[in-house]
Amino acid sequence: MSGKTLYDKLWDSHLVRQDDGGTALLYIDRHLVHEVTSPQAFEGLRLAGRRPWRSQSILAVPDHNVPTTDRAAGISDPVSRVQVETLDRNCSEFDITEFTMTDLRQGIVHVIGPEQGATLPGMTVVCGDSHTSTHGAFGALAFGIGTSEVEHVLATQCLIQKKSGNMQVRVDGRLALGVSAKDVVLAIIGRIGTAGGTGFALEFAGQVIRDLSMEGRMTVCNMAIEAGARAGMIAVDDTTIAYLEGRPYAPGAEHWEQAVSAWADLHSDADAGFDRVVTLDGGTLAPQVSWGTSPEMVTAIDGVVPDPDAESDPVKREGMRNALAYMDLQPGMAITDIRPDHVFIGSCTNARIEDLRAAAAVIRGRRVAAGIKQALVVPGSGLVKQQAEAEGLERVFTEAGFEWREPGCSMCLAMNADRLEAGDRCASTSNRNFEGRQGQGGRTHLVSPAMAAAAAVAGHFTDVRQVADT
Amino acid sequence: MDKFTVISGIVAPLDRPNVDTDAIIPKQFLKSIHRTGFGPNLFDDWRYLDHGEPGKDNSRRPLNPDFVLNQSPYQDAVILLGRENFGCGSSREHAVWALLDYGFRVVIAPGFADIFFNNCFKNGVLPIVLDSVIVERLFKAVAGSPGYTLRVDLPAQQITTPEQEIIGFEVDPFRKDCLIQGLDDIALTLQHADDIRRYEKARRLEAPWLFDK
Repeated sequence: MSGKTLYDKLWDSHLVRQDDGGTALLYIDRHLVHEVTSPQAFEGLRLAGRRPWRSQSILAVPDHNVPTTDRAAGISDPVSRVQVETLDRNCSEFDITEFTMTDLRQGIVHVIGPEQGATLPGMTVVCGDSHTSTHGAFGALAFGIGTSEVEHVLATQCLIQKKSGNMQVRVDGRLALGVSAKDVVLAIIGRIGTAGGTGFALEFAGQVIRDLSMEGRMTVCNMAIEAGARAGMIAVDDTTIAYLEGRPYAPGAEHWEQAVSAWADLHSDADAGFDRVVTLDGGTLAPQVSWGTSPEMVTAIDGVVPDPDAESDPVKREGMRNALAYMDLQPGMAITDIRPDHVFIGSCTNARIEDLRAAAAVIRGRRVAAGIKQALVVPGSGLVKQQAEAEGLERVFTEAGFEWREPGCSMCLAMNADRLEAGDRCASTSNRNFEGRQGQGGRTHLVSPAMAAAAAVAGHFTDVRQVADT
Repeated sequence: MDKFTVISGIVAPLDRPNVDTDAIIPKQFLKSIHRTGFGPNLFDDWRYLDHGEPGKDNSRRPLNPDFVLNQSPYQDAVILLGRENFGCGSSREHAVWALLDYGFRVVIAPGFADIFFNNCFKNGVLPIVLDSVIVERLFKAVAGSPGYTLRVDLPAQQITTPEQEIIGFEVDPFRKDCLIQGLDDIALTLQHADDIRRYEKARRLEAPWLFDK
């Protein structure tokens, strides 16, 4: 009999019951909650006269709607304010821990969970947010759910699930200097497509993944959903354990050794079978830039905008034509000739301390180019912001002409005041380049923090490996 | 949740792959704390020529005449025909609430994103996966005869065309049962409360740190 994958192990250890049809009841260890996808769930709970099954398993934070400017002024948009106040009220009524808008620990839900040690190896982690896959970086089974499921978890601590297939993406070799976790995951999506992981739990493996920091691993798992997989995950190793030790919600001294020894099993067995395996050579990867309106529409910095006429599939061809029309790009145009007028460094993909350091290293001593109308840095959490300020990164950014903001989701999805206007073009470290994602009519190019910084300085996309040399 | 047995009605074609939930319901409408009222803003960026905001009177906004739902007879469609990877992106259940509020009860596509697919079942909307060759044929049939209708019979797992052709489809037996009976699955799960408590007790012994804080 063949061994188990990491996903098999996580699945089996959370199985409460299973019926003959394969429908299973899966226990949920950690439930993360934000203001946008929870109000209807709490309302449902209240209407049915139910209470949360285990309030202690829940950590809540407002992030999507919060302003990134002066927090003391509150939220000026009355509709956004009601939603954030509704979260505050629900958490207080149901005895749920919440990092409110003015708490230093507030930030993007997928940044603060790991930062607090509230995401642990071996856990099931859910949140009403598709980028919950981020937490799989810790050897956890983590996936996004809809609001009805949020209510289900609140009421029962469980979810009704069917098991997904096992898929492994192995990235071998070593990354060149200047090539980051973001480039790895964009290249993976470019290779397998935005539906390539649909129906699978995705495990990322190989030397490149092993060599990544926890921040880098979170970036990779974060975008598993952009490859169609609800869950992405990475085996536990010393990097994972070193990251967690001493964090507020991590196991205390009384259980630390026991926990670490249990976590040692959180990897796929050598003889485990995968339904699908994809391999990439990390050594040949170049920094990536997306050119279209789907994350799979991505190419290397030394590439060109592709020609739809060269695509044989008629549905894809039409999709490419629509994308190029929306993005106002011509086939054959060099990626380095694309000139963004906005730069956004932030989001649950790339707003951790390592991301800010990588961007700052490129910017240090340089200025934002004249053609850039706005360059924003939005740290992932209050603690990331504090640390960056302590390291002097804030000054590097502001002296170069960047705005230094308060933490939140911000221009990744533009639910707050930070948004593109029609026709604006943005070099963004976020995760989605969908039409209108960063503001109606706005055009998004997905890149790594270092590449966003390089574009800010050059005024057009450029290979960060060359900027760093000068 | 409304029960789902047999639905007949007009099919609206949305001929583009990777329709994401940001397109189905743009972010500014996610600020609502209710489950209803999203229908007028379904596909807002594509459907109107101006920028939509919550609270705006949608009946006075300029419509995009090129968008399918603004063309007769698709205003009355109950079945949406889509392409690959329908519903990708954000987990927002508001996308399904918007489709339902508009009047859609069925979405047919060659493939769906997992979270969207799941959210449909929780709200009495049936997502049907059909082979891309059949979907292509349906797009052609709809283009050739606007107002084209289909009859979707969930208990029999069959779609009937106006020409009386029958197309079978697959659906998970548990989800099918929940849809037909309009079941509250939280109540179903709570029937197993003892199993959940038993699991929790064992887990607490095995991994006590998960229950510390």
